[in-house]
Amino acid sequence: MFEPLVATLITAGARSVTGARSLWLGCTPEPTQRIYFANHSSHGDFVLLWASLPPQLRKLTRPVAAGDYWQKTPLRRYIISGVFNGVLIDRERKTPESNTLQPMLDALQDGDSLIIFPEGTRNLEDGLLPFKSGLYHLAKSYPQAELVPVWIANLNRVMPKGRVLPLPLLCTTSFGAPLYLTEDENKEQFLTRSRDALLALAPEQH
Amino acid sequence: MDRQTQLLFMGIGAILLLASLIGFILKRRSGDQPNPVVDNLNARINAWWVMVLVIGIAFWLGYSAVIVLFYAVSFYALREFLTLTPTRRSDYPALVAAFYLALPLQYILIACNWYGLFSIFIPVYVFLLLPILASLGGDSTHFLERASKVQWGLMIAVFCVSHVPALLTLEIPGYEGRNLLLIAYLVIVVQLSDVLQYVCGKLFGKRKIAPNLSPSKTVEGFVGGIALASLIGGALWWITPFNVWQSALIALLINLLGFAGGIVMSAIKRDRGVKDWGHMIEGHGGMLDRLDSVCFAAPIFFHLVRYWWT
Repeated sequence: MFEPLVATLITAGARSVTGARSLWLGCTPEPTQRIYFANHSSHGDFVLLWASLPPQLRKLTRPVAAGDYWQKTPLRRYIISGVFNGVLIDRERKTPESNTLQPMLDALQDGDSLIIFPEGTRNLEDGLLPFKSGLYHLAKSYPQAELVPVWIANLNRVMPKGRVLPLPLLCTTSFGAPLYLTEDENKEQFLTRSRDALLALAPEQH
Repeated sequence: MDRQTQLLFMGIGAILLLASLIGFILKRRSGDQPNPVVDNLNARINAWWVMVLVIGIAFWLGYSAVIVLFYAVSFYALREFLTLTPTRRSDYPALVAAFYLALPLQYILIACNWYGLFSIFIPVYVFLLLPILASLGGDSTHFLERASKVQWGLMIAVFCVSHVPALLTLEIPGYEGRNLLLIAYLVIVVQLSDVLQYVCGKLFGKRKIAPNLSPSKTVEGFVGGIALASLIGGALWWITPFNVWQSALIALLINLLGFAGGIVMSAIKRDRGVKDWGHMIEGHGGMLDRLDSVCFAAPIFFHLVRYWWT
């Protein structure tokens, strides 16, 4: 019963610590079904991206998170499942016959939008790791959804790995133009194209 | 609020009313066409209403509120500065110390009126502490650059800005209980100088004064703005402990410092490849864009008054 309140508190906290400036460069915030794919450098990434969306879109947008991390403690379980209605996936694939993507496809079938991090793990360096193939399989199995690249800038400085106290530095989330899988595109081509689209949103490094 | 402060704020309100009226007429004359210069002018005027209102409320609430206000101003300025300053993962302890130790302590020292410590806390103690903390990470890449940038951010955004509320700690014979007006004098003169430089530059500006550092500043704007603002500074002598001549000369000095501050901060922005420090004040950019001139004027103004008038 407290989940909406906790969500409001976490969102307000994230927004006030980071300034949470959203730049809608390639699309507008509208309730189209989308898969937002972003760079991943901090556990706070999905919180900031979620908080950068207008409130009416937040209800329809579910972060995809790794079950092995988020199911470890009751607090994490509460936050990811209770508060953010996250879609948990099995990165380790304990049962080989299960399809890792199935929970995401189920959520899309229900009409929800998703937030995913196609690098698959947190990247501690600049730039982007190579994409895992999940984004391609989602685009292929569920072509109705728009794939929107989102660059989250500076959050790795706000909460570096292993640190608890956030630094109040300003963060910007840049939303790019939607992509679709084209018919003549293979997996590698599509993953390269989507990765380049995301990298193009990154601010220039001086 | 005493009579003089009320008069001052009524005067500012009248000027803003006039500015809003001019902005409205310009907007009407440009018709349906969107005119970026007029729209930016109106955004700036509207932001001035908000800024004057916030300062007015703080003045009405008293000394503590003014100290808290400038604490917040320093916080926003510091976060803008450090956001644009690249640091590495091992700078985390130094950045934590900057935000959660140096910033609050500086303002606590001012609130307890401890001149002997607040005037050297950041230049001496924090100056030595930050590189020690940065060295703990064991990362030598760009070490001097990183340490200097964090120190510089603290000096500008915290140390320099904190000299505005520090004016409240001065004990000037015959001026007891009126120190808020000294803050009003400093802020009005320096900000009017910025505004008048902008207006004179837009009306008469031809020759750029520092094209590589700050492309919008012109010789005409510099001369006209600083001369007019210094005259206004002289005319405001009645809210200061100075006589007319002293007041005009001090205004000239802080206006020159403010101008230089604008050039220096603009050089940093250009080097980082941005036009504005941030986006929090509509039409103006970030907190530091509005504050760059005050940063450079405040400490010198403080020490000038402290040396000769206390």
